[in-house]
Amino acid sequence: MTTSGMPLWQQPVAVEDAVVLGSRQVGAYRNLAVQAPGIVEHARPGHFVAVAVGGPTSGLLLRRAFSIHRVEQEAVELVVAPHAPGTEWITGRAIGDRLDVVGPLGRPFPLPVDPVPCVLVGGGYGSAPLFWLADELRARGCRVEIVLGAASADRLFGVDQATACADAVTVTTDDGSAGVRGWVSDVLPEVLRRSEAAVVYACGPMAMLRSVTEQATAHGAVAQVAVEEAMACGVGVCMTCVMPVVGRDGRTRMLRSCIDGPTFRGDRVRWDAFGADGICRVPDDCVGAPTGGH
Amino acid sequence: MSATDAPVREVDLAVELAGMRLPNPILTASGCAANGKELHRFFDISGLGAFVTKTVMAAPRSGRGTPRMAETPSGMLNSIGLQGPGIEAFCAEDLPWLAAVGARVLVSVAGGTADEFAAVAAALTSSPGWPAVVGIEVNISCPNVASRGLVFAIDAAASGAVVAAVRAAVPRGIPVFAKLSPDVTDLAAIAQSCVTSGADGLTLINTTLGMAIDVDRMRPHLAGITGGLSGPAIRPIAVRAIWQVRSAMADGRMPTVPIIGVGGVRTGRDALELAAAGAAAIQVGTATFNDPTAPARVRDELAALLRAKGYAAFTDVVGAAHPRAGE
Repeated sequence: MTTSGMPLWQQPVAVEDAVVLGSRQVGAYRNLAVQAPGIVEHARPGHFVAVAVGGPTSGLLLRRAFSIHRVEQEAVELVVAPHAPGTEWITGRAIGDRLDVVGPLGRPFPLPVDPVPCVLVGGGYGSAPLFWLADELRARGCRVEIVLGAASADRLFGVDQATACADAVTVTTDDGSAGVRGWVSDVLPEVLRRSEAAVVYACGPMAMLRSVTEQATAHGAVAQVAVEEAMACGVGVCMTCVMPVVGRDGRTRMLRSCIDGPTFRGDRVRWDAFGADGICRVPDDCVGAPTGGH
Repeated sequence: MSATDAPVREVDLAVELAGMRLPNPILTASGCAANGKELHRFFDISGLGAFVTKTVMAAPRSGRGTPRMAETPSGMLNSIGLQGPGIEAFCAEDLPWLAAVGARVLVSVAGGTADEFAAVAAALTSSPGWPAVVGIEVNISCPNVASRGLVFAIDAAASGAVVAAVRAAVPRGIPVFAKLSPDVTDLAAIAQSCVTSGADGLTLINTTLGMAIDVDRMRPHLAGITGGLSGPAIRPIAVRAIWQVRSAMADGRMPTVPIIGVGGVRTGRDALELAAAGAAAIQVGTATFNDPTAPARVRDELAALLRAKGYAAFTDVVGAAHPRAGE
């Protein structure tokens, strides 16, 4: 069922003291399955969960956000890249351990009404939610192509799953250790052309989402991107995961990626605000933009 | 909905602060609970003593760029920049919603000038949600403003001027609380100025100014460079601030008014510590980011802890760690 039409405070959400049911290494990543029936019940492709680190006395207070890889009976599956103490703690959970998981959170991917061709693009483990999405799209009669890119072969996620669930798969790696040497943006124009894609779904780093949006727009397709912004809470109260997005009224606002995203129409995101230095500035024409500084 | 929805009744948790009657002493903290809808998914916010709103100013504000947050040991830095919808949208949408769900609301207000503070507070009275307002919290201490380091709360006279303007703009019977910064040399002097200027109570403390550097990028971690430190890491600073001001009141150095304690409360035991230092009510802030049910959980843990310790009422522990008169 869909709950996207409901007011926020009526949308179902679960806080689960979830038992780890499975944990396996997939390349550079850890694929965790946790028992969370309250999350499974309402989860859709593009939803995410927020995971607490280290237990109730932990000094690491902030939740880590992960898109839902897939749901299976009562289990929610996540893909986690261990790159700092918080994510290392999460990937270190053994079967039978517990994880404090809140979800489902955010807005799932909007699905096309008509059975139009779709291209799904994943950078690194950002591909995690795409295979579930592909199943849903194909169930609606959409032809689905998947493009997966990463720095190297071990940082690709889900090539086997893509082969199983898509009509065609293209792989790129920066170092050429798998697939085409290069970036997804090197192969995407040809994929868009031959597939006659109407919608492009993408998850991954900001720079990749920007180029996917530009290429999709040039092709005449709609880009739906799922962003990976740093969050403290994941539930809409901390105001740290904001980004500038243009609304239907044409005005830019700093929107919370946890509530108004993580999926946005790519052509609504103010990519010009994101600097190479990792800082996103408030555009001057943003509603309530600082005049003397905030 | 969870079992934490209904307050435990065995211990009398009711409090009265400067005429503000609340069924229990646990509140949200401004800026840690948005304006209610987000947390109402997790627990009934009308079951809190009161809901403290995100600080509202006159005009809509975008806040700062990102990164706005850095995780620190047992805490975090934030540099939001008072993002908000502005008082007009707040009065039309947020406050009526809070009233509709039965929340008691402590509205946090701010401005660039004393007049803006007063205008924001005055505008509340025309909101359809005004009957839900039980008090005003005057945020003179947010470190994330352009003139940071020059917040009103570091100057006794400037703090007093803002409080006086708000007090004059708000109807009698609605208490005004001044929220103070711990980043001052003589906290009691600033507290005294606020109270003699008309503050009915004090909220102690706002975040304390901090900074983190991203040594991979070799630049300040936050887009705003500095940020407010919060979380359990600053609880000892909150306890110290509450203790100092409560002591100043007990010594007759300033009039006695109720103190709302805030800073690093994660458990019922933490709340009890702030109460023992002199807090008549306690706000739960950053812990909510870790556990979205934290305000309701802390309320229930506090009730259970008081019961286990044999207290009949929460009011029995307010200031209980201070020497009693005559000792």
